[in-house]
Amino acid sequence: MSNYMLEVKELTTKYITRFKENVYAVDHVSLAVEEGKSLGIAGESGCGKSTLALSLMGYYFPPLHYTSGEIIINGKNISGMDPDSVRKLILGKEIAYIPQSAMNALNPTQKIIRFIEDVVHAHHPDASKEYILELATERFETLGLPPNVLEKYPVELSGGMKQRTVIATSVILGPKVLIADEPSSALDVTSQKKVIKMLRDMMDKGIIKSMIFITHELPLLYNVTDDIMVMYAGQIVEQASAKNAVFDPLHPYAYGLMGAIIVPEEGLRDVSLRAIPGVPPNLKDPPSGCRFAERCKFVQPECLVNSVLMRELGNNRAYRCIFTEEELREFYQNDKK
Amino acid sequence: MKHTLGQIFRSPKFLVGFVIFMAILLLVIIYPLFVTDNPLGIIGQGTFFEPGIYVNVYDSLRSPQYILNLDNAAINRIASRLGDQERQDMKEWLIEYGVPEDEIDIDDTESLMELWVNNYDSTIVVPGMTAAKRKYYVRLDASLEGILATEGFHISVRNEETGDLDEVGYVNQKDYVNVNQVANVRILPLGTDNFGRDMLTELVAAIGVSLKIGLVAGLIATMIGLSLGLLAGYIGGWLDDIIMFITNLFTVIPSFVLLILISYSIGQEQRGAITIAAVIGLTSWVWTTRAVRAQVISLRNRDHVNLSKLSGHSVLHIIVADILPYIASYVFMALILQISSGILAEAGLSILGLGPKTTEVPTLGLMMNWAMIYSAHIMGKWWAYFPVIVAIALVSFSLNLMNTGLDQVFNPALRD
Amino acid sequence: MIKNKKIYLSAKGLTKVFGFGRTRTLAVDHVDLDLYEGEVISIVGESGSGKTTLAKLLLGLINPTEGEIYFEGKERDLSTNKKRVAYWKNIQAIFQDPFSSYNIFNKIDAVLLDCIRMRGDGRLPYSEKVEMMEKACSFVNLKFDEMTNKYPFELSGGQMQRLMIARIFLLNPKILLADEITSMIDACSRATILDMLLQLRDDIGMSVIFITHDIGLAYFVSDKVYIMDQGMFVESGTADEVILNPKEPYTQRLISDVPKIYEEWDLSTV
Repeated sequence: MSNYMLEVKELTTKYITRFKENVYAVDHVSLAVEEGKSLGIAGESGCGKSTLALSLMGYYFPPLHYTSGEIIINGKNISGMDPDSVRKLILGKEIAYIPQSAMNALNPTQKIIRFIEDVVHAHHPDASKEYILELATERFETLGLPPNVLEKYPVELSGGMKQRTVIATSVILGPKVLIADEPSSALDVTSQKKVIKMLRDMMDKGIIKSMIFITHELPLLYNVTDDIMVMYAGQIVEQASAKNAVFDPLHPYAYGLMGAIIVPEEGLRDVSLRAIPGVPPNLKDPPSGCRFAERCKFVQPECLVNSVLMRELGNNRAYRCIFTEEELREFYQNDKK
Repeated sequence: MKHTLGQIFRSPKFLVGFVIFMAILLLVIIYPLFVTDNPLGIIGQGTFFEPGIYVNVYDSLRSPQYILNLDNAAINRIASRLGDQERQDMKEWLIEYGVPEDEIDIDDTESLMELWVNNYDSTIVVPGMTAAKRKYYVRLDASLEGILATEGFHISVRNEETGDLDEVGYVNQKDYVNVNQVANVRILPLGTDNFGRDMLTELVAAIGVSLKIGLVAGLIATMIGLSLGLLAGYIGGWLDDIIMFITNLFTVIPSFVLLILISYSIGQEQRGAITIAAVIGLTSWVWTTRAVRAQVISLRNRDHVNLSKLSGHSVLHIIVADILPYIASYVFMALILQISSGILAEAGLSILGLGPKTTEVPTLGLMMNWAMIYSAHIMGKWWAYFPVIVAIALVSFSLNLMNTGLDQVFNPALRD
Repeated sequence: MIKNKKIYLSAKGLTKVFGFGRTRTLAVDHVDLDLYEGEVISIVGESGSGKTTLAKLLLGLINPTEGEIYFEGKERDLSTNKKRVAYWKNIQAIFQDPFSSYNIFNKIDAVLLDCIRMRGDGRLPYSEKVEMMEKACSFVNLKFDEMTNKYPFELSGGQMQRLMIARIFLLNPKILLADEITSMIDACSRATILDMLLQLRDDIGMSVIFITHDIGLAYFVSDKVYIMDQGMFVESGTADEVILNPKEPYTQRLISDVPKIYEEWDLSTV
């Protein structure tokens, strides 16, 4: 068993609403990322993937509360750690987190190099400015960013450049794991490609050891991550290698998602899009049976009765449905006709 | 709408401001129902009567008298005539005269008085004492006359026929009257001002007038600002240019100077409270116009406005249905601020003597003006100006607090 | 393209300039465009390319500095309110942000009733109006009785966008201009929306102008594609021509920047 950079077992976290109700946005999620591998998490908005990202860091602030489960980062168990210790020991050092609007972290009145000094000083208060400048220059060059950016103000940079700057800065202390939550969604396609390339470079060059990439754009995941996990209504419904997830999905929701992919490639114009009608269930009061049942094309009465567990197929493949692989593949075959 | 109201009344800042403002408003409304005197009525003959309970002496002589044996009655009597300052001065004179210091105990009234009576002589010239100080001691001596006396007063009435004084009563030092049985008692919680008017009644009336002025001025300014801002912002083009030109004119001229000039030129006779309010309103709409215009400009390119256009709605409909509700909360807050600043502007004008006519109604500013002119602050008559300041501060504070609370409700980003 | 298909919209030399002096911006630079009945075209451009301005020009929300627009062969005239309303009976729009498309103070019924009024059916008895609204809602997979008396903020983004489509269903225009309608919705709901629009196109012969930055989307739905950069059309043609055989370097770069799943996506050319 190789070294797991990040291991999560049955993690459950909840939001406590203003009316004191519990919403379990992340419901008994388990995942593991090996050293040198990256994991993509896909799902529609509201499925809990962003909450999962925050929970993985161990950084809980009301109304988000940790309920149960284990989070082990590089061998350290951080489940239930208080926010202050998390900030000192984990953030920036073991794990880096990039939200969608990462570029807004830049202070418009300071040069980029000051921002980087800030980040470094948070963990190494006695690092000298020269050392930081050297480190930043070297790191930027490795990742294909022009070092003259360091002396510029944020307003002089484009959105894509700002995002890449913040991403490069987030890993400057050499964290093992990078969690990126929609890092390129707000950018145009060209900048997006640059961000993706940078993330790949960071993995290839060993600057980070593992990555978790969260998005609803499946073509991105396919090109960036080794494995893909599909989330629905706070639970993981499928886990597989990127190739299998896209070309041989097992869970009906994943099947629906893959059918909604639009790429400008030959032959794609005649494929009919598979739309999934309906909306995800309300997590304040989740349904008792399979959570996807009410929207599932292939639903049977048994689906509504008991909650469904993950079926492990070995080789890092698993899905949450009562039907077998063969039954599901047959459904899909008939559906495509 | 209901939900917004609920949120507003749960905001702590708004609630505090609202409660204070309502308390003031209720005071202004209810007080005159109980105290029906004319606020500008002069009741005190003389200036700046101190706050207190004023008991009619004639009526108390005619009221039933009761005997009370109180231990500290004598001490209180002496203490009111012989304060610490006086005792100190007496000791000083005695020392200058030659009495050894350790024999003088200023707290022992009897022995002090004995020493004084035995030793003081107004004809003795103490070396190094000024003439004024000597005269002071003479007065002091006279005021101590009969301080230790235990005799009462005789009350007599002049006989019309004989011209003699016939005794009709005797007042003992132990005789007390029940103030509830005295025919005429007047409580003046804030004393009187320089004219002799009951400060409290005047103040309550003044708050009412100032609020009215503020409301009228605020409404006028907000109405003008809203209309001009909407037109300039939504229609744009040459209309915007004209309105902005006028606005810029009014900006460049300091509004307060303009206010003073207009006030002055109207002349004393024409200046009623409402006239002043109108003048204030007509000179302070600039800020609101700018603010509304900016909001409207940012709103007119919104998708829902474009969709409204595509649905064939007229310009008027779009302004009223698609723009106005979005700026309503902002305009309401602007109104509150304009009311507050209207009150302050009137106060400022009145302090300068350019406020409403002084003979009709009192305003907070006018009261401040009078206190200043008649040097209340120099003479230490705090009740003539301090309550007015507190009133202005409370009104302004409560309005601004309500505004901040509203702001936090409408802009969640500002919540603490 | 069949020659005897009616031409709906035609633009010649369309230009829009904002500001003057130092702040002079050329947002749209001499654009030519033809739209036929039942045709779906896409205008693909990145942010700042001028595509939103072009959309507003075509809709008649702003006036061009130079150039003409022809509707059904005749020069477009929007000088009076009546003429504008007549034009807008034929061309409608759906915008990018579903949240800002609604007046937050009005209930949802108001939006649909407005469309009924614009159709000229404002005098119909209420029960007939409800029937129309129910039909429109069911077309977009929404239940009318769940929608009535609700405010826009009570719906999700996908639902709001679908309601915009219901609005189009009621108004029955000849042309629909869809301005980045899928950029704020996630991939799952995207398919639903596109499905509905194409269904409308089939049912009522509506032409659609898609404004988008997503070239995959453009390829999937359009008959013709126009690539826009800095106010100008740099390339145009059928979807297959432009996407599978791009001639201009800008177009080629745009296509290579989009992630692929069937072909190899070359990251080195970034």
